[in-house]
Amino acid sequence: MAGQVKHRGSALWIAALVHRLSGLALAIFLPFHFLALGLAIDGAARFDGFLRWTDQPPVKLAEAGLVFLLAVHLLGGLRVLVVENFAWRDGQKQLATIAAAVSVLIAVGFLARLF
Amino acid sequence: MSGTHEELSVSLWRGDDDGRYQTYSVPRRESQTVLDVVTFVQRHLDPTLSYRFACRVGVCGSCAMTVNGKPRWTCRTHVAKVAGGGRLEIGPLENLPVIKDLTTDMEQFFRKWQQAKGVFAPSQTRHDAIAQIRPDSPARVAADAAIECINCGVCYAGCDTVRWNSGYVGPAALTRAWTLLNDERDAGNTARLQAVAASGGCHSCHSHQSCQELCPQALNPTAAIAALKRRTAAAYLKGEITA
Amino acid sequence: MNVRLYVWQRATAAVMAPLVLGHIAVIFYATRQGFSAADILSRTRGSIVWAAYYGVFVAAAAIHASIGIRNILSEWSPLNERRAGFLAVVFGSLLAVLGARAVAAVVLS
Repeated sequence: MAGQVKHRGSALWIAALVHRLSGLALAIFLPFHFLALGLAIDGAARFDGFLRWTDQPPVKLAEAGLVFLLAVHLLGGLRVLVVENFAWRDGQKQLATIAAAVSVLIAVGFLARLF
Repeated sequence: MSGTHEELSVSLWRGDDDGRYQTYSVPRRESQTVLDVVTFVQRHLDPTLSYRFACRVGVCGSCAMTVNGKPRWTCRTHVAKVAGGGRLEIGPLENLPVIKDLTTDMEQFFRKWQQAKGVFAPSQTRHDAIAQIRPDSPARVAADAAIECINCGVCYAGCDTVRWNSGYVGPAALTRAWTLLNDERDAGNTARLQAVAASGGCHSCHSHQSCQELCPQALNPTAAIAALKRRTAAAYLKGEITA
Repeated sequence: MNVRLYVWQRATAAVMAPLVLGHIAVIFYATRQGFSAADILSRTRGSIVWAAYYGVFVAAAAIHASIGIRNILSEWSPLNERRAGFLAVVFGSLLAVLGARAVAAVVLS
């Protein structure tokens, strides 16, 4: 009905949305992750074949994305635990932005170590 | 049609939930508020426009509407601050059914207030001595910080969790429940904790903090709700309340 | 969402915070070293420590993720709370079963 709602652009609102979406993405990813690891049941060879497949650059890029999602979900969750359990503090928006930046750094660090 | 510097182009919501915006041209005045603009339309351009107001000075909470996408008190919103390019878009508060034009049905807002036990439960009668409450006791300080709510509905309109979860009681009801939890004279706190610990209570809050950003009284419902989460979790783990 | 689900959600989150940090460290180390399947399995096979670490991780993740999914379903889909809860339990069970199988795959020989 009404137009663009500006308070939805605030850093804390975005932090909450990123937390939810990263959690959803990780939840969808997990069953596939468990299935991949489950290949080891048939012995090292099949598992190894899978690991070979993950050596391709596009897959490595996707893995960096997953590392980012994991880091950002963890840091967003820590934000929630802090907001809910400690005295109110100012500067939360800055903390939320820093958390996102740190997650990006971790993911980039992951990628950089591979090449 | 955009306004000149002497005129505003004002789009007002007309009709009910299935209505539409209708545009009017309103002369600009110095120190004009958005409420002035709406009042001008109703008095001089279209007497069929429906809207609510009472005090006009920011103490009653009646005139809240959605102004350029943001819920605010229209009597305390200066046109100069929000009418970029001489345009205003004014609609009814979100998350509430529209009765007509700019008026909404606040029934669910007040029903949820009751549901969260935002009602004082007396522990004494008029025949008992007056309770001596120290204003600087931690509980009273906590209650006072959250008490000035005038039920304007801005936080409720701005809350995405209210929008997504029709069972969520909302920030205002929970803030009031928090103030009563801190009232030494109140005798209903077990029932109150049970009420806010139930489905649709404080645990539905995702700490988006839109309520805290938007509250015209500078209240902090997110902090009050966080405190309720701690209290209810402790009460649950001690077996004082059940899920 | 009520106080019971909330307590489980936050408790599993707190349990997983250090486990996730450890997991990221493991990921970095293993990928840096370019581990093959044999390298990984020679470290995990027969290890109580890996079994315990990832066993707890799987259990916590299954509970945490299913409660999160429940919230998303009840807020963003037309399903009511009961249906959302049911689907969330199904999903959580799937994660628990597949996760336990994955842990067994790398720990048991």
